[in-house]
Amino acid sequence: MSEESGLTYSVYDTDHMTPTEIYGHVLAKLGEERKEIVALTADLAKSTKIGKFGDKHPERFFNVGIAEQNLMGIASGLALAGFIPFVSTFAVFAALRAGEQVRTDICYQNLNCKIIATHSGLSFGTAGTTHHCTEDLAVMRSFANMTVIVPADGFETANAVRACVDHPGPVYMRIGRGFEQTVYENENYGFQIGKAVKMHEGSDITVIACGPCVLQAVEAARTIKESQGIEVRVINMHTIKPLDREAIIEAVNDTRKIITVENHSIIGGLGSAVAEVITEEGKSCRLKRLGIPDIFAIVGQTDDLYNLYKIDAEGIIEAIGEMLGKEVEEDDDWEDEV
Amino acid sequence: MVLTDKELKYLTETAWKIRRSIVQTTYWAGGGHIGGGLSQTDILVILYFHFMNIDPKNPGWEERDRLVLSKGHGGVGYAPVLAEKGYFSGELLKEFNHTGSPFGMHLDRLKVKGLDASTGSLGHGLPIAVGLAMGAKLQKRPWRTYCIMGDGELAEGSIWEGAMAASHFKLGNLIGFIDRNRHCIDGCTEEVMALEPISDKWASFGWTVLEVDGHDFLQLAEAIEKAHLSLDKPTVVICHTVKGKGVDYMEGKPEWHYGGLDTKMAEEALLSVDRLYGKA
Ligand SMILES: Cc1ncc(C[n+]2csc(CCOP(=O)(O)OP(=O)(O)O)c2C)c(N)n1
Repeated sequence: MSEESGLTYSVYDTDHMTPTEIYGHVLAKLGEERKEIVALTADLAKSTKIGKFGDKHPERFFNVGIAEQNLMGIASGLALAGFIPFVSTFAVFAALRAGEQVRTDICYQNLNCKIIATHSGLSFGTAGTTHHCTEDLAVMRSFANMTVIVPADGFETANAVRACVDHPGPVYMRIGRGFEQTVYENENYGFQIGKAVKMHEGSDITVIACGPCVLQAVEAARTIKESQGIEVRVINMHTIKPLDREAIIEAVNDTRKIITVENHSIIGGLGSAVAEVITEEGKSCRLKRLGIPDIFAIVGQTDDLYNLYKIDAEGIIEAIGEMLGKEVEEDDDWEDEV
Repeated sequence: MVLTDKELKYLTETAWKIRRSIVQTTYWAGGGHIGGGLSQTDILVILYFHFMNIDPKNPGWEERDRLVLSKGHGGVGYAPVLAEKGYFSGELLKEFNHTGSPFGMHLDRLKVKGLDASTGSLGHGLPIAVGLAMGAKLQKRPWRTYCIMGDGELAEGSIWEGAMAASHFKLGNLIGFIDRNRHCIDGCTEEVMALEPISDKWASFGWTVLEVDGHDFLQLAEAIEKAHLSLDKPTVVICHTVKGKGVDYMEGKPEWHYGGLDTKMAEEALLSVDRLYGKA
C-alpha cells in the first residue's frame, strides 16, 4: 500500500488489501485533510478497520465499548456539534440493534453521519444468524433522508467513502467482511452517488446487481457470452437510494427481462426497489429477484452460501437460462421502445 | 467443604476434557472465539456437572434449570460442554462451522440440543434470562435460571435494563455470572470502556454481589450455594478469569479473542492443557 501516494489505489493494493482495509486507509487519509471528521466504533476497531483512522488521529477516534445504541447517539451529538462522524460496526448491529437511533437521532435530524457497516449480508457466514445481516437495505432505505450505498469492491469502497464526505446528510454504506474480490481494474470509472455503472454490454437480458454480486454477475455474463453468444447487460446499482431510475427504465426498454442479484433478503432490498420502479412505470417486463429467500440463512462458508442461495455466477447463469425461455407480453408502447 | 474430594476430582477431570475438546473444536472449525471459550469453561462445568437439574435424555423437560450464555460467541466453548453432558455425540463437533452444520460460532436453539436460548448478539441474554426467571415465578416452579455474561458485554445498556428489572421483579431464582477476563476485542475493558467499580454497580442495581476466582471450583461452589439461598434478590457472581485459560500462549492475550489453529498450534495447545492438569 502506497501510504504517501495520496488516495490512488492500484490493483496491487486491492490484491493485498481487503475492501475493509481500504476503507480504513482512505478514512485515515481523509482525516488529514478534513479536521471535522471524527470516527467511532463499538469494540470493533480492528474488525471493521476503522481503527486505522484511530492509529493516525487518536484524538478524534472514540471506542465506546460494546454499546451500539450509545454509539449512534454519540455520533448524532458530535454531528450536532459540527463534526462529520464516521461510524463503524457490523451491519446487523448498525442497522438493527441501533436502528431506532439511526432513524430518530440521525435521519430525523438529517445529520451528517456516515455509517460504514461491515460484515453485511452473509459475508460472516459461519457466525450464523446473529451475525448475518440480510435485512439492512430494507430497513435503511425506508428511512427518510438516508442515502444507501453498496460498493462492489475495494475500489468502489474507496470512491464511495470519499464521495460521502461531501454528500450532505446521513449515509449508510454496506461492505463485507473483507475477503471480497475486485471487479474493477482501477478507481477511475467516474463513480457518482446515485449513478449506476454499466459493467457489461448486452441487449438480451439485464442483470442488476450490487455489492459482491456484481462480480458474480459480470462473470456470469462473460461465461454465457462465450458459451452461448447471449448478450447480458450487467448494471452495478451501487446506490440503492436514491436509485438510478433511468438506468432501470433503459434496461427494461432495451431488454424486457431483468434479474436482480443481492446478498440480502429478496424482501425490501435491491430487487424490491427495482420492482417498484418497473411497476410504477407500467412496463411490461419479466423480473426475477435473486437473493436470500424469506428464511434465516444456514451456517456456512460464504462461498457455499452464495452457491446455495444462487447468488453466485452459477446461480445467475441458471436464472438467465430460465428467463430467456420465457415470453414477455407486449404492452401499449412496446413498438416505440423495443 | 462445599465439594467432596471426589466431586472436585470429577469436575477437574471434566474441565480438562472440555478444554481439550474446545481446542479440537476450534481446530476443526477453522477458527473460533477460543479466548473467551476457555475463560468461561469452569463456570459452565460446575453448573452442568454439579448444580443444574437437567436431563440430557429429555432436553425439553419443563422442570429443568435453564442456562443462557449471554456472551453467545462462547459457543465454541459451550458446545463441547453439551456434548460431554450427553446431549449429542462429540463426533458432531467435527462439523463445527462447516456449511450446513448445526453449529456455527453462535449456537442456535432450534438446532443444538440442550441449548435454552439462541444468543450471539451481546446484551440480549440477560433480558431473556430475566424473562425465563419471571416465567418460573409465575408458574410457581422451583427451577432456576443461570446467565453467563462477558465483561465487555456489560457496556451494553440492555444488560443494565435487565439488571434493573431482575431486582424490581425480585428474581431470587436468577443467578448471573460475569466472566471477568478483563478483555473485549479491542483491548482491556478498562481501556476500551471502564467498568469499575463493577461490584458497586451491580449492588446499586439491587443484586447480591459475590466475587470469586472463576477457575476455582470450591469458590464457585460456595458462591452458587449462597446464591441458591436467596429468596427475592438476584445474585451475580463476578468470576475473575483468564482469557485463554489453559493454553499458555493464549492466556491473557487479547489477540486470541478469536483465532484459528493449525495442526502444530493445536498440538501445542493440547499439551499445554494437559500440563495444566498434570497429565503431561
Ligand atoms: C451486539 C454485539 N456487538 C458486537 C459484537 C461483536 N463481538 C463479539 S465478541 C465481542 C467482545 C466480547 O467481549 P466480552 O463480553 O468481554 O467477552 P469475552 O472476553 O469473554 O470473550 C464483540 C464486540 C456482538 N457479538 N454483539
